[in-house]
Amino acid sequence: MKLRRVVVTGLGALTPIGNNIQEYWNGLINGVSGAAPITYFDASNFKTQFACELKGFNVENFIDRKEARKMDRYAQYAMVSSEEAVNDANFNFDKLDKDRVGVIWGSGIGGLETFQQEVIDFARSSGIPKFNPFFIPKMIADIAGGHISIKYGFRGPNFTTVSACASSTNALIDAFNYIRLGHADVMVTGGSEAAVTIAGMGGFNAMHALSTRNDDPKTASRPMDKDREGFVLGEGAGALVLEEYDHAVARGARIYCEIGGGGMSADAHHITAPHPEGFGAKNVMLNCLRDAGLQPTDVDGVNMHGTSTPLGDIAESKAIQHVFGEHAYTLNLNATKSMTGHLLGAAGAIEAIASILSIVHGIVPPTINHFTDDENIDSKLNFTFNQAQKRDMKVVMSNTFGFGGHNACVLVKKLDL
Amino acid sequence: MSDIASRVKAIIVDKLGVDENEVVTEASFTNDLGADSLDTVELIMEFEKEFDIQIPDDQAENISTVGQAISYIEEAKK
Repeated sequence: MKLRRVVVTGLGALTPIGNNIQEYWNGLINGVSGAAPITYFDASNFKTQFACELKGFNVENFIDRKEARKMDRYAQYAMVSSEEAVNDANFNFDKLDKDRVGVIWGSGIGGLETFQQEVIDFARSSGIPKFNPFFIPKMIADIAGGHISIKYGFRGPNFTTVSACASSTNALIDAFNYIRLGHADVMVTGGSEAAVTIAGMGGFNAMHALSTRNDDPKTASRPMDKDREGFVLGEGAGALVLEEYDHAVARGARIYCEIGGGGMSADAHHITAPHPEGFGAKNVMLNCLRDAGLQPTDVDGVNMHGTSTPLGDIAESKAIQHVFGEHAYTLNLNATKSMTGHLLGAAGAIEAIASILSIVHGIVPPTINHFTDDENIDSKLNFTFNQAQKRDMKVVMSNTFGFGGHNACVLVKKLDL
Repeated sequence: MSDIASRVKAIIVDKLGVDENEVVTEASFTNDLGADSLDTVELIMEFEKEFDIQIPDDQAENISTVGQAISYIEEAKK
């Protein structure tokens, strides 16, 4: 069976450093940090009192108030980013066969704030259950994809992937495969997360997963730096329109790049800690290269999972050196979570978008907040520290690894490479 | 308009996102005001909260218009 080619024809983003694709890209190449003290709730009793929240975002500018009220923030973000991507793809809806358009979305958690609020309300009540009828359809992690399909009438394959911080990379790979295999011609994919809540901050704090650099939030996310001490929680969404190549060409669509391949693997090691030698991370990159039919030497850059945790960054750096050998020193590596924070289930989507835009613009966004080299990480590797670098990027891989030991990696490449 | 009627209408305007002028006595939540089954359940819960009453499910099924809601609550608050 001949596999069909898949290209990217639409992009959308709602991130802590920009509320659309243009603002996001400007933030990325200018090394902007999205971290700031938490405004959504009083965090003064929390170990970590900052996060990467959205800035100046008012959902009512995008969604009717009545509709927005029936959605958790994570679903609202999905609607806003997917609308940007679908508009960007510029379809003639009269000619689009909507039975052949699907939606595969990713979210690590789903409607955490909704769940939290309903339980708080019940705990404060007399004990008689008075749950809101929208509680379940607001909370469940699959509902964002449902909302997107309802809005546009997209009747193709539709489901949600859940693999913690790898969720939207899994969504992207699944969407790619569904088109490749002929199950759909167009897929709206991506991911969204809204975990900057009491439960989210409290839960990640309890794991000692988050940075506690409360005196200087903007430098807290510092992947690969010697003094990194945890990730910074972020939120938002990224959306991509994937399209079968001939379908895109036939309608004269603007093509950003081609999806080359996707890889998946598991650490099978620990529920939250990475494998110390990065075996799962190594395998996922090898699987991805094999799927794309490319050699390690074909790759120009890797957008790392790079969350700024002490163990994770070392394991991933080792894995990259295992996979690429001497070629690793010629790669442009970067960890854009230094700017956006960690968007959990949306991370894969916004980082795939960063990788795609690095090909489109020939600029590699930096890993900001590098102050001191870590002797456990090879200093000859180019992590694109602190300043964006110009480079003709043709092939870029984007890594994401999730709690549970799930690893997913997607490879994007210049069209007609 | 009674106090109860105006409070009922305010809840309907808020929850269903409809114009105040549409919320007339004969208006059906589902046929005229665009409510689905979940909206209807939420409306009943809001009435219970606002007026501090309990509306059993079998009686809630009989409340499908603005006027029926107002009558039911006026009776319950007597």
